[in-house]
Amino acid sequence: MGEMRELEYPFDSIDILLHQKKYRKIMSHKEHLEIKRIAILSGSTVGDLKGILELFLLNNNIKPQFYEGLYNRFFEEAVFHNQDLNEFRPDVIYIHTTNRNISRLPTPQMNEAEVMELLRGEMERFESVWKSLAEKYNCPIIQNNFDLMPFRVFGNADCYYVNGINRFIAMLNDQFSRYAQNHQNFYLCDINYLSAWFGLEKWSEPGYWYNYKYAMHPEAIPLLAFNVANIIKALYGKNKKAIITDLDNTLWGGVIGDDGPGNIKLGVETPQGIAYYELQQYLKYLKQRGIILCVCSKNEEEMAYEGINSSAGVLSEDDFAVIKANWNEKHENIVEICREINLLPESMVFLDDNEVERDSVKAFIPRITVPELNEPAYYRKILDQCGFFECVGFTEDDKFRTEFYRANIERENLKLKYDNYDDYLLSLQMKALVEPFTHVNIERVCQLINKTNQFNLTGIRFSQSELEHTIGSENNITLCARLTDKFGDNGIVSAVIGEFDYKGVLTIVSWVMSCRVFKRHLEYLVFDKLVEKCLEKGIKSIRGIYVDTGRNKLCSDFYSQLGFTKKEQTDERTEWEYLIYKDYKIKNTVIEVL
Amino acid sequence: MNDEQIIEVITRMFREVFDDESMVITGSTSQEDIEEWDSLSHLRIILLLEKEFGIKFDIDRVGSLTSVGSIVQEVRNLVRR
Repeated sequence: MGEMRELEYPFDSIDILLHQKKYRKIMSHKEHLEIKRIAILSGSTVGDLKGILELFLLNNNIKPQFYEGLYNRFFEEAVFHNQDLNEFRPDVIYIHTTNRNISRLPTPQMNEAEVMELLRGEMERFESVWKSLAEKYNCPIIQNNFDLMPFRVFGNADCYYVNGINRFIAMLNDQFSRYAQNHQNFYLCDINYLSAWFGLEKWSEPGYWYNYKYAMHPEAIPLLAFNVANIIKALYGKNKKAIITDLDNTLWGGVIGDDGPGNIKLGVETPQGIAYYELQQYLKYLKQRGIILCVCSKNEEEMAYEGINSSAGVLSEDDFAVIKANWNEKHENIVEICREINLLPESMVFLDDNEVERDSVKAFIPRITVPELNEPAYYRKILDQCGFFECVGFTEDDKFRTEFYRANIERENLKLKYDNYDDYLLSLQMKALVEPFTHVNIERVCQLINKTNQFNLTGIRFSQSELEHTIGSENNITLCARLTDKFGDNGIVSAVIGEFDYKGVLTIVSWVMSCRVFKRHLEYLVFDKLVEKCLEKGIKSIRGIYVDTGRNKLCSDFYSQLGFTKKEQTDERTEWEYLIYKDYKIKNTVIEVL
Repeated sequence: MNDEQIIEVITRMFREVFDDESMVITGSTSQEDIEEWDSLSHLRIILLLEKEFGIKFDIDRVGSLTSVGSIVQEVRNLVRR
């Protein structure tokens, strides 16, 4: 996805500070960029933060337009009437504050009650900022938490005395986290972690504040900008979804075919074994979070399975959606994995210790992401710091994602037994629940709309608050569908947003369907339901729009399959029309409606 | 290291920061001659010089280094130390 190596992790901060202008020029020719309006409200100098954030976003095909607030006016600009910001209509607001912006710090003379009062006052001040912004702009808000102070009035006791300043900051951070847990559309940028990672001593170098009112060392700015960009790209569905990993010298040390299964380096007994063990542990966490794991290795299958299931490691074959262990070229295996789990190469990260294999895969599949792996001890760090899997929403569905995919592969195997496709579909014993968007399903619906690339007719992304506006709205018909079959529950896998105008025409603004349920006739059922709703409301015509996003070729002809008539066509956009008649014939014949 | 060599390094940095390969820098070039030489690019140049020469500028003096000549002199003093 990212195309400039210089802007991928691990990057050189000085190089980025130095070459901003050059990199911007290189990327100025990019096409098919999503434009996003980003407001930065700040408590210190924004300066290079804006320019470098722009670079990281451009590298991920987002073209930002910025509103830069006045120096240290974040509170006033958020809380009071702000014509400029109103006119700007932000898609995202980033509040760049640091410990320099805490209005009052505890003093050693305060007692606990006074410190708690101070804490409450500070939280109220920030909450008034967030609430005011949420109310006026209804868009995602990204808020820094606080970096620790470089000084400690009480020495080590600063972290536990009731009036310790760093204890106060820890409490504030905890309150920020609680607020984030309880509020949609609110995300923290963890500069408490970032400053520690960068090195608090250097981060807090005072000269940059004295001279430039920079709240941190300028060399830390690329790291901060990178993290903010990661949150924004995650908000717009540009995250990776799966990891395809090699085995020998990637998941364990040594070559299992040569050394024998008993001699691979894996486990907590040897220094090299621990590195692989910790990588496996990390991959297991990612899998439990909803990232799909697959294996692509040149190995004898039996050997590979023995290594994967080794009790010295953490992972086992059940943690992987697909395991390809054979002597085929890796890129061929990867293409097959993409087909089997129905994901695009740009959603994949390929891990391999071998540079030749990495280069070959990159050459054959340019859109796949292939991080450089050199030392086993740093594999986990690279995977963790690269920001491919930044999380902006974690649903129950995510916890069982691998199982969904594994069930799908079983379905595929079943399909081979039937000559007639409809017979196969009937044998799945599918049942579906189709209902409007509600406050209960909206988080999953939002995730689905923003993550789906292939079956996505318009490619439009929505924030959760935008979607919440459609709930119960008189101008919309919304539908989402949950599909189950004999292999299990697929969860909510399709969503449609229709909007009607005064002429009584329903426009399908968005229609997405998860790749997990392609070719199951669910789209027919959803259309049946849509038509049913239209008939109820007396709507006679449906307008369908297909916008070519470069990733949704799959559904370019979808409206024609449903019986729509083509009305207009430009390079990227086709408009279709469907006239509804009273004697509409139900299209779905294989799914039972709940 | 003599002044010409320092100016050579500074020229390379200016060309990179301002992305202009044809930029000509002399000891008398000052902030007024280069429109884009604002406080942010000034800071970038200072950071790069610190990295390149392994020196640390005195924060109280950074703001007054508004000409190439004054930068050269400061670098020379710091390198010698």
